[in-house]
Amino acid sequence: MSGMGAGRRAGSALLQDEPLIFELGGWDKSGVDFPPGEADGDTSDLAGLTRAAPPRLPGLSEPETLRHYVRLSQKNHAIDLALYPLGSCTMKHNPRLGEKMARLAGFADLHPLAPMSTVQGALQVMDALAHWLKTLTGMPAVALSPKAGAHGELCGLLAIRAAHEARGDGRKTVLAPTSAHGTNPATAAQAGYQVREIAQTADGRVDLADLAAKLDADVAAVMVTNPNTCGLFERDVLEIARLTHAAGAYFYCDGANFNAILGRVRPGDLGVDAMHINLHKTFSTPHGGGGPGAGPVVLSEALARFAPVPWIVHGKGGLELIEEPRGEAAAALGRMCAFHGQMGMFVRALAYMMSHGADGLRQVADDAVLAANYIKARLSPVMSAAFPDGPCMHEALFDDAWLEGTGVTTLDFAKAMIDAGFHPMTMYFPLVVHGAMLIEPTETEPKRELDRFCDALIELADAVRAGDVERFAGAPFTAPLRRLDETAAARRPRLKWTPQA
Amino acid sequence: MRYLPLTDTDRAEMLGVVGAASIEDLFVDVPAGARLAGPVDLPAHAGELAVERALGAMAALNRAAGAGPFFCGAGAYRHHTPASVDHIIQRSEFLTSYTPYQPEISQGTLQTLFEFQTQVAALTGLDVANASMYDGSTACAEAVLMAHRVTRRKGAVLSGGLHPHYAAATHTLAHSAGVVTRRLSAAVDDEAAVVEAIDADTACVVVQNPNVFGTVSDLAAIAQAAHAAGALMVVVTTEAVAFGLLKSPGEMGADIAVAEGQSIGNGLNFGGPYVGLFAAREALVRQMPGRLCGETVDAAGERGFVLTLSTREQHIRRDKATSNICTNSGLCALAFTIHASLLGGVGLASLAGLNHARGRALASALGAIDGVEILTPRMFNEVAVRLPKAAAAVVDALAARGVIAGVPFSRLDPAAGLDDVLLACATEMTTFEDIAALADALCTELAR
Repeated sequence: MSGMGAGRRAGSALLQDEPLIFELGGWDKSGVDFPPGEADGDTSDLAGLTRAAPPRLPGLSEPETLRHYVRLSQKNHAIDLALYPLGSCTMKHNPRLGEKMARLAGFADLHPLAPMSTVQGALQVMDALAHWLKTLTGMPAVALSPKAGAHGELCGLLAIRAAHEARGDGRKTVLAPTSAHGTNPATAAQAGYQVREIAQTADGRVDLADLAAKLDADVAAVMVTNPNTCGLFERDVLEIARLTHAAGAYFYCDGANFNAILGRVRPGDLGVDAMHINLHKTFSTPHGGGGPGAGPVVLSEALARFAPVPWIVHGKGGLELIEEPRGEAAAALGRMCAFHGQMGMFVRALAYMMSHGADGLRQVADDAVLAANYIKARLSPVMSAAFPDGPCMHEALFDDAWLEGTGVTTLDFAKAMIDAGFHPMTMYFPLVVHGAMLIEPTETEPKRELDRFCDALIELADAVRAGDVERFAGAPFTAPLRRLDETAAARRPRLKWTPQA
Repeated sequence: MRYLPLTDTDRAEMLGVVGAASIEDLFVDVPAGARLAGPVDLPAHAGELAVERALGAMAALNRAAGAGPFFCGAGAYRHHTPASVDHIIQRSEFLTSYTPYQPEISQGTLQTLFEFQTQVAALTGLDVANASMYDGSTACAEAVLMAHRVTRRKGAVLSGGLHPHYAAATHTLAHSAGVVTRRLSAAVDDEAAVVEAIDADTACVVVQNPNVFGTVSDLAAIAQAAHAAGALMVVVTTEAVAFGLLKSPGEMGADIAVAEGQSIGNGLNFGGPYVGLFAAREALVRQMPGRLCGETVDAAGERGFVLTLSTREQHIRRDKATSNICTNSGLCALAFTIHASLLGGVGLASLAGLNHARGRALASALGAIDGVEILTPRMFNEVAVRLPKAAAAVVDALAARGVIAGVPFSRLDPAAGLDDVLLACATEMTTFEDIAALADALCTELAR
């Protein structure tokens, strides 16, 4: 173990071992009190339709509940603990003002189908958010309702599909680079398209010749992430748009990396027809352990009329929602979900935007890009940058060429970062870079945290070169658990607790 | 700028290390003509107080549900959430972490997901549940897509009792993948029509219980008919508290159960974020969408949890994935599981019993009003009533008097020809005074 201690194991010091709620018992108790009598009322009207017994779930008193979840929480890494460099995820600080605002009774205790005259403030939030998103992207329309990035992608592609269908054009193909997020091809398939991959140039961009060759009359859309998943700006983006439009196709931009260009470039000026915006990335609504997200989609003039309902419009008596694909919204592609989208996230994102303002949002992009380039500059001497020439945008991408022959893999290196106190970077993505390590520091890291991170990785890289393989192959040593057997989990899936036989 | 820690000195030092003369040098790959010279046309940055004032003013324009008598349901329900739920979900370690890609430092999230999956499986009466979907409506669409993959058939029969937003979202999200949805006419009780609509190309029937009109049904006959025809039965629940009282979807023969979990642990939030529950029979697990958390061991043999069966998912399978879903509804699922852990099975049964009792009190108060006809034959906590006037106009008139009477069905489905139908719901939050206030206001309005 190379001088590492016994490690920080569960059941020691501040880290408590914690069983499952099902092992804590409480099968006949509840942590919620009810007024006596009424709850055990007459259910004879539902004869034959009711459960024979209450659901078989344990109940915990409030003190047990707090202990359980607080103990579990302490086994999680979090942005509030340390830098969280997951490339493509934009793990930045989450302002607590957003939490406070979203909990105002006027937003949190508001029913989606309450009469519109009683929800004018909520509609103002949606209208204001739409204005900020349209202005920042230079696009004329936005569909707010998609619930996350992938849902937004689907919304954008369905709008494109609707636009083609409206002129009787049954195109069947979507082009996307090999480096694309997995959601792009998965979304295209769900939207009913065949996916063809576009090759990449040696400098990490879309291969224009390959794109031009594949852009035939069957291509409905070209999906490109910009800045792309290698953390690079697509220099030829205007030409990509021109070729796409010349072939009668639409240009879909995956906006996962919008953080890098906020206030610096507007996708509308780049020929983009549709782009989703991950409010949980760029506008810092909390990631919450895997959601909820929000994925509004901005649309070009050509696609605007196909936006899904609900639409928000200025009516006679104030703001109104058009909730059916009729009248003004007759061409709408349909409905992406029940109700109006992630209102709780809209409030948080608007609070974030208003706090930063036009000037602060531009500074966000500048600092995010500067931080990534700083990391790239500091780590390039000891690791191998995938694209050493020229600046990166908000992500620094390394490959595993520097690990060759050391006996240490990208996975091992990432797990050793855990022992150094950091969450690993995104690994093995994008697929076009061997053993990829994609680092996104974001703009909310102080310089001393960026330095602490770089120092830790340099120290680890030195240990790789010194041949201390065990420090990596066995890592992590100091986490609540050692490396987990993911193969066994998939071979014999145990997806819920079951009582011991 | 309070959220940006770098100082100008830091920036200058960092540019020096990078070897760039200015920040502009880092944007050289952006076509020169597209670079913005200065900030876009939006207000400049603002302090916390200013933002609080602006957003507070917008919040104040809304009439919160708790401001007076309130009876809206129709897929979003106002329930009491214990104080500890919101406290726990605001802990940094839950709030500011992401999808547990690194299980060794994400056991907190993973164990709560494993517990969540176990709770959802128990509530729905099915074998396996996933780690959540965006909401009930998108979960419904995903269930239909899953049935399409499992049966290799194209048809989906949507009951006339299915929430119209769910039907619309299912059509929108599934039709491009080749699924043909057939939505039956809106009906308070349509078991026979659903059975009738099943044919040899039916991948699944989608039925809701209690349905959008509040009707509780035994779905066993529909399950039997679906299975006899080689189709699956998907059961939708929009009011998760009902799991505490009613027969579970699994008990009635569901192959897939989806639900809106908002009622447990999550506020109304004007429609989102909510949390979709998704459960299925064991045999179908490899066709399920979304994240799944599974139990395993670490290198030292200790029990731990990981995301598993990811070969179904977009980041591995790309265009062959079972779904494009990536982010789900983690924090809302956490709120659900905390509230469910507090309640326990007996608490949830009590909560459901209380809701049923309040719902019945509401129905009997409405039924006693001249000209009001109860349409729902068997109810949980929501009832559909026929009014002698257009329901939307009545709701607006009562809103002006401070009573939010419920949801006019025409708002959900203007083409159904049910303009006189009102959906009204009572929960444990509804007091008898609220019910009396509604009855009074409705009497007055109908007498006008």
